[in-house]
Amino acid sequence: MLKFDNVSMRYPGAGDVLRNVSFHLERGEMAFLTGHSGAGKSTLLKLIAVIERCTRGRVLLDGENLNQAKDRQVPYIRRKVGLIFQDYKLLQDRTVFDNVALPLVIAGYGHHEVSRRVRASLDKVGLLGKEKKYPLVLSGGEQQRVGIARAVVNKPPLIVADEPTGNLDPELSAEIMHLFEQFQQVGVTILIASHDISLIAQMNHRILKLDHGQLVAS
Amino acid sequence: MKQVNKKPGKQEPRWQTKISGGNFVDKFHAYRNLHAHALFSSLGRLVASRFSSAMTITVLAIAISLASGFYILVANLQQLAGNLEASNQISLFLKDEISEARANKFANTIRQNPDIQDVKVITKEQALAEFQTYSGFGDAVKALEKNPLPVVIQVLPKNSLKNELVLETLLDDFKRSTEVDFAQMDMQWVKRLQSIMDVARCGVTILSLLLGAGVLFITANTIRLELHNRRDEVVIAKLVGATNSFIHRPFLYGGFWIGFFSGVAAWFIVTTIMLILKQPIERLSGLYDDGFHVLFLGFTETLALLVISSVLGVVGSWIVLHFQLRQLKPE
Ligand SMILES: Nc1ncnc2c1ncn2[C@@H]1O[C@H](COP(=O)(O)OP(=O)(O)O)[C@@H](O)[C@H]1O
Ligand SMILES: [Mg+2]
Repeated sequence: MLKFDNVSMRYPGAGDVLRNVSFHLERGEMAFLTGHSGAGKSTLLKLIAVIERCTRGRVLLDGENLNQAKDRQVPYIRRKVGLIFQDYKLLQDRTVFDNVALPLVIAGYGHHEVSRRVRASLDKVGLLGKEKKYPLVLSGGEQQRVGIARAVVNKPPLIVADEPTGNLDPELSAEIMHLFEQFQQVGVTILIASHDISLIAQMNHRILKLDHGQLVAS
Repeated sequence: MKQVNKKPGKQEPRWQTKISGGNFVDKFHAYRNLHAHALFSSLGRLVASRFSSAMTITVLAIAISLASGFYILVANLQQLAGNLEASNQISLFLKDEISEARANKFANTIRQNPDIQDVKVITKEQALAEFQTYSGFGDAVKALEKNPLPVVIQVLPKNSLKNELVLETLLDDFKRSTEVDFAQMDMQWVKRLQSIMDVARCGVTILSLLLGAGVLFITANTIRLELHNRRDEVVIAKLVGATNSFIHRPFLYGGFWIGFFSGVAAWFIVTTIMLILKQPIERLSGLYDDGFHVLFLGFTETLALLVISSVLGVVGSWIVLHFQLRQLKPE
């Protein structure tokens, strides 16, 4: 599903942020990406969403080399990757419904189909009935659930989350992680960056560990 | 041998770049949904910020109505001058001592001329009455002891007599007549009017270009602000897979709405002004020709007005999108 093949990444002016990173995530696998702050976790995830491109090596998604993707193809790659962020990245002036609907509207779905899928997605994250609310009146945990609902509404084969529980207390964090496990059970591939060692240790999943840009355990 | 048809570097990644859905009908529906979304969301944005939208549209409408107002004013004057152009009438102001009887006799001799189509004698009394009606000096004229106006003979040469030289000769003949004090061809001031009209038309063109550029940049600036306010939205939409077209569309439609509504408002402004000016213009024109009707913005002109303002709106926002949105990347 997702394969890193000797990937190196360097920002102009900075040194190598990733060095010869290689790993392979099977379809339906769930893995954590850990490492100290500044280890290169976010950078690695950005390569998957083609927010950045690697300087050496290959990132393969579904067997396709992301480095060769043309700019006009990038939006369609992103539709296959559900992105989840630490700060949720919700539109504050839009309702929960509109936020979750965005990927569907972008893909050109009609009103009824959008409505049906948004409801199904909100149901999965346990927020059915909050469609008309605005993100600001929701708790942090609920906002992140909206973010997750938006990421999965389009049924992407891969979910990539960057510190999804970074702003949440341990109890809520565990709930969110269990939510991810539920998606894994229906065959979605999941990669979660987190430095919450204790939380990761509780869960029985593969762990990729970055140290100064190098993969030291996988 | 497995990879025999996979030349390295040449293989094209198979990411679909088409709208979701397989068959043509699905694609058509997706396309329609995307445009409907952009159309209504841009209208919604306009309504949501109705105060600033109204101000922008008012400013644009004033600019557009200035251009189209001057255009229609010149078109009216043009029509007026056009009517006058047809008459190559000569006015003969007779000497004060010439009596009406002698004037009539003189008129009859002119009628004999095969080049002349019509001759009309305006008596001193008729001239005075006309002067009283139109000059606004009615009471002052009444106070005069003696009618100061001369008898006037209006000579209309045959229409075939278009040649200026022939007309000039005719005029010179009249000037030499003993009865005539002063002869004038109406043509001369019509010509002057024509050159004034040429200047006016040129002025309208320049004014329209300037105001059009103004409309373009005001729209561009409005869209730029809008883009700035929606920065987060643009970035998030890109992160969840929005194409550039998806990002552009609402702004282009937004520019369209601004231009279109400004055009509609400008039409109302111009039409109101023309309704107010209708009476004075028709009174003015009544002095020369009864066949004159005030021109309003016709169907074609209205259509052109709306199309041009809408296009200016779209182009204005396109310019901004072209130069600003490239810089807007996720992160
Ligand atoms: N846009 C950028 N330009 C230059 N350097 C960057 C940029 N983004 C991140 N970095 C650097 O790359 C390193 C890894 O950053 P990041 O991937 O965010 O680490 P993590 O997410 O593991 O904390 C850091 O040293 C950071 O300073
Ligand atoms: Mg990070």
